[in-house]
Amino acid sequence: MERQMMEVDIACVGFGPATAGFLHTLSKAIMNEDGTVALESRVMPGAPLQVMCYERADDISFGVSGVVTRGKALRESFPELNVSEIPTAAEVAHEEVLYLTDPDGASTRSTGVKMVDKVAGLLAKDNAFALPWIPPFLRKEPGMVFSMGQFCQWIGQQLMGSGLVQIWPGMPVDSPLIEDDKVVGIRLADQGVEKDGSPTPGYMPGMDLKAGLTVVGDGPVGAVGQKLDDHFGLPEGNHIDEWAAGMKAVVQLPGDTELKPGFVLHTFGYPEPEIFGYMYVLPDNVASLGIFVPSWLDNPIRSSFRMLQHWMQHPAVWKYLEGSTLKSWGAKSLQESGMRGEPKLVGDGFARVGEGSGTTNVLTGSGFDEAWATGVQLAEATIELLKEGKSFSQFHLEETYLKRRRSSWVEEEAQQAKKARDGFTRGLIPGLIGMGMTGMTKGKLNMPGTPRRPWDRVPSFADYFRGKLEAGEVKAIIDECKAKGQSMVDPLMDKMGWKPIPYDGQLLLLHQDALLLGGKVQAAHGFADHVRFADPEKCRACESQICISMCSGQAIAASEGGDVPNFDREKCVHCGICMWNCTVGRKGDEGRRSNIIFDAGSGGFHSAEN
Amino acid sequence: MSFHIVVCGSLVPDPLQTLEPMQGPTGPALKNEMMLPAVLDPWAGHALFEAATLAANVPGSKVWLVSLGPKAKLQQLMMSIAQKVAFDLVAVDGPAGGFLDAFETAEALAGAIDGIAGLEKDKMLLFGGCASSSRDASVTMQLIGERLGITDQFLAVDELKPEADGSFQIMERIEAGEYLVSKCAGAPAMVGWATGNLPEPPNNPQVGMQNMRTVMPALQQAKPAQVGTGDVNFTKVEVPQQRRETKIVKDTPVEEIAADIVAWLKG
Repeated sequence: MERQMMEVDIACVGFGPATAGFLHTLSKAIMNEDGTVALESRVMPGAPLQVMCYERADDISFGVSGVVTRGKALRESFPELNVSEIPTAAEVAHEEVLYLTDPDGASTRSTGVKMVDKVAGLLAKDNAFALPWIPPFLRKEPGMVFSMGQFCQWIGQQLMGSGLVQIWPGMPVDSPLIEDDKVVGIRLADQGVEKDGSPTPGYMPGMDLKAGLTVVGDGPVGAVGQKLDDHFGLPEGNHIDEWAAGMKAVVQLPGDTELKPGFVLHTFGYPEPEIFGYMYVLPDNVASLGIFVPSWLDNPIRSSFRMLQHWMQHPAVWKYLEGSTLKSWGAKSLQESGMRGEPKLVGDGFARVGEGSGTTNVLTGSGFDEAWATGVQLAEATIELLKEGKSFSQFHLEETYLKRRRSSWVEEEAQQAKKARDGFTRGLIPGLIGMGMTGMTKGKLNMPGTPRRPWDRVPSFADYFRGKLEAGEVKAIIDECKAKGQSMVDPLMDKMGWKPIPYDGQLLLLHQDALLLGGKVQAAHGFADHVRFADPEKCRACESQICISMCSGQAIAASEGGDVPNFDREKCVHCGICMWNCTVGRKGDEGRRSNIIFDAGSGGFHSAEN
Repeated sequence: MSFHIVVCGSLVPDPLQTLEPMQGPTGPALKNEMMLPAVLDPWAGHALFEAATLAANVPGSKVWLVSLGPKAKLQQLMMSIAQKVAFDLVAVDGPAGGFLDAFETAEALAGAIDGIAGLEKDKMLLFGGCASSSRDASVTMQLIGERLGITDQFLAVDELKPEADGSFQIMERIEAGEYLVSKCAGAPAMVGWATGNLPEPPNNPQVGMQNMRTVMPALQQAKPAQVGTGDVNFTKVEVPQQRRETKIVKDTPVEEIAADIVAWLKG
């Protein structure tokens, strides 16, 4: 079957806050108030600009992510914004930061952390010490909390109701179309194929969309962003070596909860000292919560899902959550290199926005607002170029989009934050001190540290368990798990002293049960598997097979005899965490990519409970 | 003889989502209704697929889809339908909950159909789902037909066979699994479809993206309609509850698990 082609003016990849900001701003300029066309299509003369956006998820609202943001850029786009207009949103009313000590003694704590525990313990309540003061760079007041999924649906409906831009959910984009270093559009994923990509009788090659401008906002693990990085490389000195796994949940709090909408809680110190936690209380007694497991957590058996359950049971958190019900759950990768992870932002025919373009501010812990802002900046640039009849060449995009971005508060704050996390490469305490130094001096003073690729720093089992468990004991567990094709997470964590999870069927659920919550996780038939193991031999030889323990949806499962892990895309939530957790560099490409290929694919959450 | 086929069809919430009825400011509604993903009402879907097939088999025929629904949600719906069949859209901006008054819905839809440029009423076949937009009361399509002066009306139809002279044979479901076969001399007629006999056409994104180019202007031009619950007073609304319980028990014999499940089902 012949591959079809269609011409459009602008093709966008991914519908997140950055693309939403882009489309919102652009759509306002397409028509004049009198109903005549203000921005005319170059591919359909006389018609309004033809703008298409393709999103992998089954719906633009699917995804679980709580947001706390100052909403600076958002308020600029909506000067009359009443926060209550955004579903699930509330003004930030109260902020707290807690240092959590370990009530069970199972976590791995350095001598320095143990000393902090002792000091904090003197003033602790519920095994937690409340910071008496929150540094200004971390404060979000005046700001707002809301659900990212609900926000995207809210904006998306306005956009789609305008009839001026098309947003296509359930449409994974396979790759950029590159001709002589110029991006000329995108290619949608093939349909009617087997899991390995081979055609079936219903084979339908993914359509080619030729576009004057391709807007890439597919997030930190998007297939198009990755392929652009592969083709163009990162700018000199930049790297994407720091990540975090965001394991998130939405819960219905008990009817008699004392928590009010706008309550913001941040924690650190437990279940491992390096793991940060959050809880944002939304209207109607709903809370969005979760943990961030960073790539600098040097632990070969990390399981974000189980860690989340331990975090929820910490006395300082449990006092709020007891009696709650899990409504939905999810995960995502966070690109934590921030500005250091900035790719080539513009080129002939393309521009990048949002998290995948390095907008996340690693000092203030803010990403939404920055992503939205870059979308708006690109839209303003696009409008300018269209009105002046100019092409979307690299030069013109540098003169308009890049210039706006470089002179904005997003850039200024990102520059300040550039080295904020370097201290964490040496441990939690240097990391916290470093963040404080960077924050209080606006980036003038920083704790030195050299970031390392995730797969370079995950210790072997022998190193990690030395002094904690007998080597023979560990080996016996690993051998048994590999022989039976079982995950090592629970046996090893249990052995380390982590208490078993007291499943209650309400809030504490088996991982597999969580997959069925809300509208469940699912994948459309006829697409190829989007997670593949580049070199199976390397997987067979891999000791930790950390991809199994880290997989947010248990989509990657152990094989009997320690063979190549199995992948079941019906369970995949498309977090992409496997890609950067894999401890093995890809053959011939050890410097940049791991042995796990995370590509464009169908499926993920199918739930508006977010 | 060709047909001008007008299909009435709109959206319903994705049944995979949690549907929670509640009392809203203007009457009963589903919690977070505007945030719920939507799909094409399956009854109207059958009508549309039958219309597209009929139009393809009778040269010169044309299909319009008249959709009453929140404009903001119609684009998503149209994207999924446009991948399956080709049609001209007439969009009417209004609510599309399951609690709308059939009279008011019929008024709005009949008005929109009356305003279709180029529609020849003597060639018109008015299609819809036999149980759509009326809480399964099967009255909306009849009311629309009455307003448009269509007196030949068929409900719960599973098959329409056109003849060369413009007449057609209709198979309607009646009680006890029987069919009533009628012969109609020709258009205009109203056909409220049951499931029909056609499979759902496969998705073709390429077709969809081409079709959307004509759908988008119609969305921009969607006019608002005043549609509500009329004088209907709902005393109670509810959806069947999904029960789910998790229990962790180890080393339990299969017979015991089976007995437990049976007891749970009975309970």
